[in-house]
Order: sequence, then structure tokens, then C-alpha cells
Amino acid sequence: MPQYELRCRECGKSWGNQPRSICDDCFSPLEVSYDYDALRSQVTREQIAQGPPSMWRYSGLLPLPENFQPSLPTGFTPLFRAPRLAEQLGAKNLYIKNDAVCLPTLSFKDRVVAVALAQAREFGFEVVSCSSTGNLANSVAAQAARNGFRSWIFIPADLEPAKIIGTQVFGAKLVRISGSYDQVNRLCSQIADEHQWGFVNVNLRPYYAEGSKTVGFEIAEQLGWRLPDNVVVPMAGGSLITKIKKAFDELITLGLVDAKPVRFFGAQATGCSPISTAVKAGNAEIDPQKPATIARSLAIGNPADGHYAIKTIKANGGWAEDISDPEIVESIQLLAETEGIFTETAGGVTVGCARKLYRQDRILPDETTVLCITGNGLKTTDVLTGKYEAEEPIPPKIAEFDKYLERILDIDVPEAVEA
Amino acid sequence: MTITVQIPTPLRRLTSGSARVTCAAANLDELFSALDQQFPDLKPHLRDEAGQMRRFLNVYVNEEDIRFLGGNAYAFRDGDEVLLVPSIAGG
Repeated sequence: MPQYELRCRECGKSWGNQPRSICDDCFSPLEVSYDYDALRSQVTREQIAQGPPSMWRYSGLLPLPENFQPSLPTGFTPLFRAPRLAEQLGAKNLYIKNDAVCLPTLSFKDRVVAVALAQAREFGFEVVSCSSTGNLANSVAAQAARNGFRSWIFIPADLEPAKIIGTQVFGAKLVRISGSYDQVNRLCSQIADEHQWGFVNVNLRPYYAEGSKTVGFEIAEQLGWRLPDNVVVPMAGGSLITKIKKAFDELITLGLVDAKPVRFFGAQATGCSPISTAVKAGNAEIDPQKPATIARSLAIGNPADGHYAIKTIKANGGWAEDISDPEIVESIQLLAETEGIFTETAGGVTVGCARKLYRQDRILPDETTVLCITGNGLKTTDVLTGKYEAEEPIPPKIAEFDKYLERILDIDVPEAVEA
Repeated sequence: MTITVQIPTPLRRLTSGSARVTCAAANLDELFSALDQQFPDLKPHLRDEAGQMRRFLNVYVNEEDIRFLGGNAYAFRDGDEVLLVPSIAGG
């Protein structure tokens, strides 16, 4: 007997385990639910500690087929204190959860894809697919190659070049759509209706989304089995923030951490801010937007989990913020210069929004606060174009270097002493 | 106004298998009423107990989200193609 099954999030109807994301009765999303009474005796801190240094140490809390054998050490990314960034933000107890180094494709999407493909195999799919703003494309393509699936990836045509190459290199069939992500998404729901493919974010979505919980499990374990006061999470479709909350709630239910009302803070780019706009206006529902931001990985104007993200944020007195494109770039630079982490635009959004939240005293300096950095800057280097001057080359002679130093530092360099 | 509505697979069992349905309606409310009349079993899937459109149902007119066109206030034009699509996840 599997200890998990799909249930409608709104009407509660049980749907067993199958490739399906929507309740036919009420059109609401399905969610994986677990038998927590059975899990309580099976999942302990000791059992988790004996597991591998990857997200698979939490296999007992994920919807995985029996006898599933992972093919990659995904997850268990570093969590560390960020004292230099903290100083800049006016914080004292700041941590970074760094999924810029998640394996195999350097974003948190590797976690969700790993779970989705486990179920894709179980359901007998030979082709896996997704609509993507980039990071998901990379991850589905790579993990499909690794696990022997064929992959079809649908993206908005104007994605960053690194994310396009970083999909094609794995042998994926890449379909560029002249339209926004929301349009690609709509098309994919129609394609999924017609083709027997495992769409990780359509018919495999309930399983897929559960992979995000591992970010929350890791934060708790890496803090020494305690929950932080605050988490700052970037929001696109709005799923990650709700799944980190689900992870914390499960750890509390299973007695693995002490209960605590963690506050959730959502971060968006102003150019695509349907969720933060709703939170600020006190609305429970989203008004869709047409995205216009350099943070393309977050450019979802009609976030499917927006309603639940708002609920998560409001649950314990969190908030949502958004920042402009220039602030995103500046925040990427700030994180790189203070902590040596090169994040993509979504990470800039998280850092910049966190700065705002500290300034607004919504997050207080002494509180334990975790910033979720979800992607790698090497994929979005185009946003830094023009930020750094291309230096004129100099001849390989020490005298030339001294002249160069004089020129750029405007100082006299001491004469070299003859040996 | 004659418009065409594409029915997603999960709901086709309620439309006698029809994937495309033609209706006469001037706006979204009228469209739902017309669908209710043609296919009484469809109603609870599209609207909640209070009669509101289900939260996770998206309506597109000629591939544009109807909320960008004014939502309920949008006046259908002859030949409009309407899509009913459930919300799907991020990427």
C-alpha cells in the first residue's frame, strides 16, 4: 500500500495515484496527501541522518514509487550564515540557502523534476515534457537524458540564450513559442490533453511540486532541527513558498521540530508582481498581469498557485514585496560582492526584496531569516552586460603593468629594485 | 452572437463527448447559462455553490485571457473561440 495519494485540495475527493493534476469535479488542483500516523514511526531524525547527502535522505516524506532508485545526488545544497550581506541589509542573523549549486542543472527545479520523473517512469511514460521559463527546461532535459526518457520542452521564444543552449545540449526537442510563458502554459495544457506525455508541470504536477518540500526539510535540518523565524522566497507560479510551508508543517506534525509560526515573505519583480500586488492590496485572489521584467524565470503573469501563496504569506503575518529591474541587477551584484554567490535574476529579486523588508522593519535584525537563492547567475549573464568595462589589454611587461596601475589608480608605483 | 467553446477532455464526458460546442451568448454570464441549458451536468464543474466561476478555471477568448479583455464585461463577437483551461503550474 502506498502511503500517499492524490486528493483534491478544495473538495477533498480522493484520486488515488495517477498522472492527473485537476479534480474533474471542481477543477481545483490535486495535492499529494500522506498517512502521517504511519509515517510518524518510520521517519526519524536518526533515519534521515543515515541517508545520503542529497534530497533522497527525505525519501520517506516524498511521493516516490516503491523500490525507486535515484540516479543523481540532487539537493542538500549549502545553508550558511551570510554576515557580510547581513551587514549591508542591517541584519544580524541572516542565512542563505544556496540552490544556485543544486545538481544537475544549478537551480531548485532539479528537486521537482527528480520526483516528477520518478513517477513518469512508474506511470510508463517514454516522453517527458514541460512548459518552462528556462530553469525547468534545463532540468527536464538533463534528467530525461540521465534517465533514458525523450523530452519535449516548450519555452517562450525570448528566453536567455544560456537557458536555450542549456536545454538543447541534452538532446531535448526544444519548441520555441512566440508568446509569453502564460501562453506557452495554456498551449501545453491543450497538448497534454491530446498526447500521452508526462508533462512534469501539467499531469505530473502534484508529484512534481512535492519535490520543493525538500528545500524546507533541508533548512530545518541544517539549522539543527529548528525552524527559522522568517523565510524569503522568490515567487513565479507561487508553488515553492507553499511547499516550504508544507515541509515545515509536516516536520511539526511528525514531531521532528518544535512548532513555530514561521513567517513567509514572497519576492517578485515589479514588472511581474501579481502576487505581491494582491498581498499589498489585501486581496485573496490574483489579477493576472502581462510580464515585463528581466527576471524571466519569475515572469508568470497568471500564477496557478497564487491563491495558495497569498494564504501562506498571510498565515503568520508575512508580507510580499517587489523590486525594479535595476534593483534586481544591483542585488545580484550585492550578493556576489558580499558572499561570493553569483545568482540569477530570481536570486537578485530575493535579495533586493529582503533589503526592502528589513528597511520596512517587517523583518527584524535579530530574527533568524533564510533567503532562498534558487538559481545560478551563469544562466543570466546578459543582464550584467554593460555593467563592467572591457579592459584594454596591456603588453606582458612589468613596466607596462606599472604604467597601467598609475593610470587606473592615479598613484606612483615605487621603482623596482635591481637584484 | 455565435461563439465556439472548446471543451477540455475531462469535461467531455458531460458534453456527450463533444470537444467543440457552439453557443449563442453576448457575454461570459450568458455563455455559462447557455452551457448550463445545453449540458445541465456541466454546471457544478464550472461554477461553485455561490454561482461564481470556479477559481482555478481560466477562460480564454481567441487565446487571450478574458480578464485582460474586461472579464464579465467583455462583449463576445461573432465567431469568437473560447477555451476553458484549468490553471497549471509554474516552470
